[in-house]
Amino acid sequence: MHGSARPRKRLLRVEINGRWREDAVLDGALLVDYLRETVRLTSVKTGCDGGECGACTVLLDGVAVSACLTLAVRCEGRSVETVEGLLKQGRPSRLQQAFHERLGAQCGFCTPGMIMASEALLRRNPHPSDDEIRAALAGNLCRCTGYVKIIESVKAASEASS
Amino acid sequence: MTIVYEARTGRHGVPLIDGVDKVTGRALYTADLDRAGALVGVILRSPVAHAEIIRVDTSKARALDGVAAVLTGADCRVAYGVLPIAMNEYPLARDRVRYRGEPVAAVAAIDETTAQRALELIEIEYRELPAYFESTDARAPDAVLLHDNKPGNVEREVHHDFGDLDAGFAAADLVREHRVCCAEINHAQIEPHACLAEFDPSSGRLTVQDVSQVVYYLHLMLARCLEMDEAQIRVIKPFVGGGFGARVEVLNFEIVTAMLARAAGGKVFMQLTREETFLTHRSRPQTDVVLKLGMRKDGRFTACACEVTQRGGAYAGYGVVTILYAGALLQGIYDIPAIKYDGYRVYANLPPCGAMRGHGGVNTRFAFETLVDKMARELGLDPFAVRRANLLRAPTQTMNGLMVQSYGLAECLDAVERASGWKERFGRMPAGKALGMACSHYVSGSAKPIHFTGEPHAVIHLKLDHDGGVTALTGAADIGQGSSTMVAIAVAETLGVGLDRIRVVSSDTAITPKDNGAYSSRITFMVGNAAIAAAQNLKMLLVEAAAKKLESAPEEIVCDGGVFRVGQGGQAALSFKEVVSAALIDEGAISVKGSFTCPVEFQGGKHRGGAVGSTMGFSYAAQVVETSVDDATGQVSVDKVWVALDCGRAINPLAVAGQIEGSVWMGMGQALCEETRYLDGLAAHASFLDYRMPTIVESPAIEAFIVESKDPNGPFGAKEASEGALAGFPPALVSAIGHAIGVDLLELPATPDRLLEAIGKRRQKAAAAARKQRAAS
Ligand code: FES
Ligand code: FES
Repeated sequence: MHGSARPRKRLLRVEINGRWREDAVLDGALLVDYLRETVRLTSVKTGCDGGECGACTVLLDGVAVSACLTLAVRCEGRSVETVEGLLKQGRPSRLQQAFHERLGAQCGFCTPGMIMASEALLRRNPHPSDDEIRAALAGNLCRCTGYVKIIESVKAASEASS
Repeated sequence: MTIVYEARTGRHGVPLIDGVDKVTGRALYTADLDRAGALVGVILRSPVAHAEIIRVDTSKARALDGVAAVLTGADCRVAYGVLPIAMNEYPLARDRVRYRGEPVAAVAAIDETTAQRALELIEIEYRELPAYFESTDARAPDAVLLHDNKPGNVEREVHHDFGDLDAGFAAADLVREHRVCCAEINHAQIEPHACLAEFDPSSGRLTVQDVSQVVYYLHLMLARCLEMDEAQIRVIKPFVGGGFGARVEVLNFEIVTAMLARAAGGKVFMQLTREETFLTHRSRPQTDVVLKLGMRKDGRFTACACEVTQRGGAYAGYGVVTILYAGALLQGIYDIPAIKYDGYRVYANLPPCGAMRGHGGVNTRFAFETLVDKMARELGLDPFAVRRANLLRAPTQTMNGLMVQSYGLAECLDAVERASGWKERFGRMPAGKALGMACSHYVSGSAKPIHFTGEPHAVIHLKLDHDGGVTALTGAADIGQGSSTMVAIAVAETLGVGLDRIRVVSSDTAITPKDNGAYSSRITFMVGNAAIAAAQNLKMLLVEAAAKKLESAPEEIVCDGGVFRVGQGGQAALSFKEVVSAALIDEGAISVKGSFTCPVEFQGGKHRGGAVGSTMGFSYAAQVVETSVDDATGQVSVDKVWVALDCGRAINPLAVAGQIEGSVWMGMGQALCEETRYLDGLAAHASFLDYRMPTIVESPAIEAFIVESKDPNGPFGAKEASEGALAGFPPALVSAIGHAIGVDLLELPATPDRLLEAIGKRRQKAAAAARKQRAAS
């Protein structure tokens, strides 16, 4: 039955990291696969079998979502941001720099997701408390840092922005 | 947030040299590599826990359009394993399966859907055998053997006896014994296992890119299982998303991917699901410990007897080493006049266990430290005082032949006692809250490598060319712990140049010298020393060139801040670039190397198994944990941790602090909530929802102190920093729980159900005592 009913594709128009693009995607394609395979934004990681780890966190219209739980076609006409999009003229943003300098990233696998979840937080709350940071990052697992330096990184970025 | 380590060492340290790649998304992990044209590899797994394989038919799968290769156990002729003495595993099971989820066949196909469809078409018939999921069942006299050469399903028995045990217990004022049980846990690194293998049929060469912590072992095992000449193989480690021991051993999927690539004559990519990654684990085994301790009224230990049973899973893996470590690491931290150890590593029909951070020592440390706490309470002694009464005096050699050259445990104790306000607060906290403390230690690399060849323990190559850049080539695998940054610092500090002049290329077996990789916390000590040696050799060449150019003698040349002068503050000066140009004139591009070898006297005792535990230096840690326990729900929360680690010298204090925090937190996961569960051998924990590790919400502030005891043999005095603090957390927490609500918890993790059971027992005991008192009055 191979290939008898061709799976349906449709044209997706989406703004990714500030640039509009159009791609044919399957109805059932996940945002994480679209970003990784088609757009080649490999910062968006797959750490689990769906919705458990937050490694795939991206911003959809500024809100942190799990790209592995989001259909690509749901992003029609909307804006998607990944950690690559935070760079300004190739330079890390203040938040990225803070994660670097404060060792918020050890192996770095959770890091893009962690930074995007933190970015969403700082946009709506530029000066979060430790507990607000914890609440915002509750869905992002890290196995390396014990989270201590992740909290420090977010704090440092928020302090630098005052 | 105070950065205590900076105050302590006067140095802050440097961010990781590959840190910017990680925060910008540029870092490529195995699954991120360009896999244009790659086939998709998938594995078929056994649905039963123990069975003979009666019939295998792959004809339908082979006939499916788009299938490039199908492999079964029949294609795997050679067994593999991390220990040369215990290789009893095949990449795909032959004749017999021994755990649910064991790989039995594999397919490479043009896409995932086709590959999965092909798996469904493979027919395998099993004849089931009795299966054992607990050590006691596997050891039952009539149990079927998992491996015919291991009677009683015991993979390895260890019996070690040091000092006069009877005299020790006779000299004690108090002798107590308890039995603890620690659940099996998992590394749960966030990156799932993945492998990209490419076989070129015309050259016969194989290139494998993979999540390994030890590319050299993988290289060896690929050659072995594929029966290839090692020279035809290249293994490359891209960025790796954590390891913690999960990737020290060669794993079945790595070999299978390479075999598929060869069978298909091309490129195959395989990524395991999270569920499969949980099955392919090699982690800390379920462990029963019976520990007996003798103590004098003043807190001095007199003797210790310890029996450990580890449920090792279906294959050998690291098992022999783990069961030896569990006994060996009873020593090297306190002065105990007599120690008897009996260890049993047991086979069971579960995925094989192996090495996990704190390898072998964690569960015995839990049994030891919690018993010390209880006995201290009984004798009315302060837990800190008991530890202080039993400190070692370095340099010394333990009864089992381990060398202790530097020992900062006393300072660690002082630091956390002060910072936690122990003297003022211990025993005086509100109901349900308490402090607990414990100590721990770990090796800085095993002084006798597993694959003993007689070669140096570490080799580093340095390359210097016309651009004035120094490239350090190392086989040491940076898996997030920052080892490449450590190498860069060691080279830069020795040469007296800035870090920006150094590049580190790590773990590519075609380019970097052989290295035993990231295991047993060996890299800082061994590779660090090799890096310094290499940099000194390079510096010598540069100094000679500078002397020639400045018409002076090499002894006269001073190099500081990248500038070479004659004498301190001398007028004539050459820049680094000028000296490099001068040095290249005679020979062209420069290559030097440095190596490090652990002297034989450090390689452990003469007794059987005496090499395990041997090391050049132990790290030491003390920690205090503050907890709140809800007596009604059994819910435990960790409010704060103070931890001090003696790492000899912090080459990079920032990274050391990160390692201390991460290891303490991992100990917290084991103590609070992490455990694997199997239902008739079926993994019921194989997702991040079912395998509960602490989220950021449950994770406390950890205040880390660095103690620098300056090890005489360590690079700049350094020892390990990544594992030593882990084992102290579980006993510190369980002791704190004991002080908070008066229960005696004998199991890990301290989940609400276990706590409620212990609380119930405490209530029954109290009620019985009250009844007795009523009856008496
Ligand atoms: S990949 Fe784990 S939540 Fe999306
Ligand atoms: S840095 Fe490794 S998982 Fe977070």
